[in-house]
Amino acid sequence: MSEKKFSKKHEWVSLDGDVATVGITKHATEMLGDIVFVEVPDAGKAVEKEGQAAVVESTKAASDVYSPISGEITEGNKSIADDPGSVNTDPEGASWFFKLKIKDKGEYDSLMSKDEYDKFCKENPS
Amino acid sequence: MEVQKTALYNYHKTLGAKFVPFAGYEMPIQYKEGIVKEHISTRSHAGFFDVSHMGQFFLEGDNTLVEALEKIIPADLKNLKINHSKYSFLLNKEGGIIDDLIITRTEKGFCIILNAACKENDIKQISRFLTNNHKHLLNNNLSLIALQGPKSVEILEKLIPGVTNLKFMTGNNFDYEGEKLYITRSGYTGEDGFEISISNKKVEKLIDYLISNKVKPIGLGARDTLRLEAGLCLYGHDLNEKINPVEANLKWAIAKKRKEVGGFNGWEKIKDLLANGSEKIRVGIKPDGKVIARENTKIFSSDNNEIGFVTSGTFGPSVNAPVAMGYVKSEFSEIGTFIQLEVRGKKYGGKISELPFYKKSYVK
Repeated sequence: MSEKKFSKKHEWVSLDGDVATVGITKHATEMLGDIVFVEVPDAGKAVEKEGQAAVVESTKAASDVYSPISGEITEGNKSIADDPGSVNTDPEGASWFFKLKIKDKGEYDSLMSKDEYDKFCKENPS
Repeated sequence: MEVQKTALYNYHKTLGAKFVPFAGYEMPIQYKEGIVKEHISTRSHAGFFDVSHMGQFFLEGDNTLVEALEKIIPADLKNLKINHSKYSFLLNKEGGIIDDLIITRTEKGFCIILNAACKENDIKQISRFLTNNHKHLLNNNLSLIALQGPKSVEILEKLIPGVTNLKFMTGNNFDYEGEKLYITRSGYTGEDGFEISISNKKVEKLIDYLISNKVKPIGLGARDTLRLEAGLCLYGHDLNEKINPVEANLKWAIAKKRKEVGGFNGWEKIKDLLANGSEKIRVGIKPDGKVIARENTKIFSSDNNEIGFVTSGTFGPSVNAPVAMGYVKSEFSEIGTFIQLEVRGKKYGGKISELPFYKKSYVK
């Protein structure tokens, strides 16, 4: 597994060959609060970079989860749909959202590093 | 308009509150532990809510005050005993709900608790019926604290002996720190509890005591999930000026005598609706599965005709499932009716459900 990269919309991506794993960051879960509903995409769905790919809802509001990278979904994480609260406990580990077969590794390379992302969050508090 | 703050604003900050603008005030939406934990601790122990943004409107006057208020409020104020409270509303000429409220008879007149977003207009509307014989005051020197949950009575009794004797929807004056507090046994969570009217100067001391008794601060987020589980309406969402009490399924809140005799704003319309029913009506809704049907979700019949819309919807932590309220055409309002909810362009199944979703435990 490669190092994690981060998007401005608070998703993380890790890469294993040409298969990327995408989830939402710890920072995102802290902003969202208690997560009570998750919808993940089915295998076979094509997603564009920054296109809507999944849904996450907290007690407060519904938010779209975007794919930071384009490709074809190979798997949605059904276990978080069954237990949405698990996203709060392990957002950057077991509670990933989906995996996809990527087309362009350049899209991954252009995302933020952990340090860059932390800096980005500090500069853009919400 | 400048953003207003309650007397507890800085206290909330020290408790780790996240603030949101609400009805012109900076109010805590949640504290450190988050909405679900706040909700659960209210239902299992006790929580306190700063509801000082709500209007505490005091009226004094002779017998003509009752007559004046009865023109806009369909409660039986004539027979409302001192220290007894009723849930009611202000009605416009079409029978629409200008605001929902709790009115309590005091020794000199009445106290009305008004929604923050509506209070200025409410006072304007009420004032139309008042004369020089009536005095009125929106008292901004008072805070209002709701203490809710099964341990509320035990905790408050230790500080203010005698509150145990209050029955649901009654109140009285109590002594605290050399001043008089007005406390009612009421609330908006479906739990036993109190609303405490206390001077802005003393309110921090009261909160110190509550916190030392493990009463958690509860924000607007959990206030919303608690009231929705209890089947209670939120003005501006489930109620507005275009909705009347019959449609809102709140005809129980119009006094029996007033239903017979009328004499209040919108009576003609309401009389007709009471006899013939309304075209649409407020219902409880339980979506199947985990999908949350939020405000403005369209409701469809099983044969795909649009029949209504959701006005409040969230995840109910005590029900452990999504819950919602909304309006449907009356012929679809029977408990158990299968409906469809359109969420993000996709239709999900659901059922018309009994209200409340969560059973109350008021002390009668």
